[in-house]
Amino acid sequence: MTNSFDYSLSNLEQLEAESIHIIREVAATFTKPVMLYSIGKDSSVMLRLAQKAFHPAPLPFPLMHIDTTWKFREMISFRDRFCAENGFDLIVESNQEGIRENVNPFDQGSNTYTRIMKTDALKAALTKHGFDAAFGGARRDEEKSRAKERIFSFRDKHHQWEPKRQRPELWNLYNTRVNPGESIRVFPLSNWTELDVWLYIHLENIPIVPLYKAAMRPVVERPSGLIMVDDDRMRLEEGEVIEERLVRFRTLGCYPLTAAIESPATTLPEIIQEMILTRRSERSGRLIDYDEAGSMEVKKREGYF
Amino acid sequence: MAANEDLATTDIHAYLDQHQKKDVLRFLTAGSVDDGKSTLIGRLLHDCRQVYEDQLDTLQKDSARHGTTGAGKLDFALLTDGLLAEREQGITIDVAYRYFTTPKRKFILADSPGHEQYTRNMATGASTCDLAVILIDARYGVTRQTKRHSLIVSLLGVKHVVVAINKMDLMDWSQDVYDQIRRDYVDFATKLEFVDLHLMPVSALEGDNVVHQSENMPWYHGPSLLQHLEAVHVASDRNFIDMRFPVQYVIRPDLDFRGFAGTVASGVMRKGDDVVVLPSGARSKIASIVTYDGEREAAWPPMAVTVTLEDEIDVSRGDFIVHPGNIADHSHDLDAMVVWMSEKALERDRQYMLRTTTRAIPIMVSEISYTIDLATMRQQEAQTLELNDIARVGIAATKPIYYDTYQRNRSTGCFVLIDRLTNETVAAGMVSGRKAVKRESSMATGRTHKSLVTTEDRADKLGQNPATIWLTGLAKSGKSSIAYALEKRLTDSGRIAKVLDGSELRSNLSRDLGFSAEDRSENVRRAAAVARLFNDTGVLCIAAFVSPFESDREEARDNVGPDRFVEIFCDAPIQVCESRDDEDAYGRARRGELAYFPGITVPYEAPRSPALRLPTSEITVDQAVDRILALLEERGFVRKA
Repeated sequence: MTNSFDYSLSNLEQLEAESIHIIREVAATFTKPVMLYSIGKDSSVMLRLAQKAFHPAPLPFPLMHIDTTWKFREMISFRDRFCAENGFDLIVESNQEGIRENVNPFDQGSNTYTRIMKTDALKAALTKHGFDAAFGGARRDEEKSRAKERIFSFRDKHHQWEPKRQRPELWNLYNTRVNPGESIRVFPLSNWTELDVWLYIHLENIPIVPLYKAAMRPVVERPSGLIMVDDDRMRLEEGEVIEERLVRFRTLGCYPLTAAIESPATTLPEIIQEMILTRRSERSGRLIDYDEAGSMEVKKREGYF
Repeated sequence: MAANEDLATTDIHAYLDQHQKKDVLRFLTAGSVDDGKSTLIGRLLHDCRQVYEDQLDTLQKDSARHGTTGAGKLDFALLTDGLLAEREQGITIDVAYRYFTTPKRKFILADSPGHEQYTRNMATGASTCDLAVILIDARYGVTRQTKRHSLIVSLLGVKHVVVAINKMDLMDWSQDVYDQIRRDYVDFATKLEFVDLHLMPVSALEGDNVVHQSENMPWYHGPSLLQHLEAVHVASDRNFIDMRFPVQYVIRPDLDFRGFAGTVASGVMRKGDDVVVLPSGARSKIASIVTYDGEREAAWPPMAVTVTLEDEIDVSRGDFIVHPGNIADHSHDLDAMVVWMSEKALERDRQYMLRTTTRAIPIMVSEISYTIDLATMRQQEAQTLELNDIARVGIAATKPIYYDTYQRNRSTGCFVLIDRLTNETVAAGMVSGRKAVKRESSMATGRTHKSLVTTEDRADKLGQNPATIWLTGLAKSGKSSIAYALEKRLTDSGRIAKVLDGSELRSNLSRDLGFSAEDRSENVRRAAAVARLFNDTGVLCIAAFVSPFESDREEARDNVGPDRFVEIFCDAPIQVCESRDDEDAYGRARRGELAYFPGITVPYEAPRSPALRLPTSEITVDQAVDRILALLEERGFVRKA
């Protein structure tokens, strides 16, 4: 017998295999899956894994981006170029009513704004297209409340997450059965850590939005962090001055709600090095978590990822 | 760890290289908050410097406010203990997954609450783990809870176990205390199937032997917990022998490419390997192993790959691709251990969906052999199964299930049961083997009427004890000729006998069946059921079936009743059988026109201990009949003529 030492797989190889298994399982058992695409680094990794899962065939499901209309402009241009180059079938949905009523992060506050432009928009889009499974790029290590999230997260007819109706997940056997109207959110990256994601991007040469890398960008300094002035819709407080600083983003979202960090890291190894050395929780760059105690839990129950 | 960060600072490329290559250990911790489990995990994360600064700030604040560890000390339990939202929502059903890394390994820790619902949670956590850390409070030693946790870990097939004897600081770091607990545990654990057991004295609160070695216990010379977790070898735990590739998804981008995507469950597959597809029995060769990153020469678990075959054969999701010399067993009836996970009790007359590998099969729980009382470790009778019950059960499926035992193959011996109405996952199961079906309970509903005439009554009247003479052997090995000659001789001597032969059955009762492995099994199952009816009426039944699979014949034996099942092996070399074949069946099989032909395209599993072996190429039909009659007389089925 050949020595079984030869048959070991690295952490990243095992994670990759597990994610591909999950993605294929969804494609095989659901009628109408969709992959939610947020343009961020985790989405980019998830997409590469999906390409690997079905190679040499194209993806058997579309991508969907919920556009709050407040994303960084660089994110949108990256999205359009990336999807066109790879021949992905991309659906873009926004809350049209919210747009008409000019819902924005300044007047409504991050909480209400996120609910209307992101959570409600997502739920409406899922219902509109009749998707019964939606992939998301969330990881368990991102936030404390996600440590217990299932890989296949069950949602009722109203897209709500009921903690008591979640199903135990054993081995790699996933319960993919849903009744009409019900759906599943699937998180193929559940067991990945932030370091794993960056290592994989580095190893696989996966394209990412340039905002992750340091550059001189116009920002204003606020108690919540450095906020980039991405377009002329940005409302300045009294006394605020726009400065050009060498900054980058650890996570990407809506520009008025995502703080930049000062950083000289322009390459992936430098970004990873900085991540290891700065040791700050990843989501501390995203403002929505601080709104209220247990806020992520609340958002999740409402249908946010 | 510090060294980790140093390398990231001084040489980021070396660091990346190191981390891209390192492997992963999945482990779980078992024990309650009282045993110091949360403190241990918190300590592990903290001492590995996996706690971020902002988390540490929160921890310091919380420790001052809610901590139970005294002034100035961090209460590590607060890092992992119940979330606010969780307590409000009353979620006690969950396993929390935590992640940390050292230069040597990445760790995925399944942390399940130790008290309520522990069985369901621990089973869930353990199902994906290579190793379990079982905590014992040094003040109390081996308790019932320790035993419960150990049993569940053993049941779920976790091979590596570390018993951390915690709170040594409260026992004056006493070696005597440690040695006593160690002896007690080892004594208890001999009943369990741990491949690799380690015990160590720790103090999670003080950090002794968690990450760093203890200075308070110089008498302990073993590694710290983390050192052990970093070193334990798990790569060879997987089954690399029995190749099983459950087809998950068919990839067909165009007419030129037809690939079967899936995750290698066990064994090693290589390009060019001969393979059999189950259940169809179709044979082919692996033409290529395709991945996004290029073709591979070989694939092994848990790789996710896509396989193409040299022949255009029908393969779909749920099929197994295996090596011809190593085919998974199959049976309608399985013997299994299950953990009941639903608040709704088992309903005996209800169908559940059994999910295993990539298949879903409707089943019923045909029998509850016993449940295990976790408090006493004793087996007890049970009428139903409730939340957190662990039981040995019989599973009766509507079609044959391909399986390996869980002990041999963790990937193909596991299943979950799903309620078909609510879609709830109600149980997790581990296959122990094929279920020997008792004759009384072979009717799944149990609603059979009791006859007033016994088989003995009939035997007295007829002067014979009914039996099923089961002739198995290759096609053209002489089964039918012997069967009809035997029927004639028995009848001539005043006995009542009837031949049941394959072609006859296929023209009526089994005319809906083809010749796939699955259909052949079903045909044999029906034949056995008919044979049993013959026997019940007092008739000697002579059944002539190729019945190539031992598992099918075993099932038939159970169905007919082992005491009246007489297995006779018509043993002729395949060349002889082939030379007698005037219908050219062998020729067609060799030309690939018959996908499934025992002896040619699939193996014929010769009986290991038949009641009689007839070398049919060496003896005449009459001689064969003489030998069978002698055996029947000897066994008292018929009186001496």
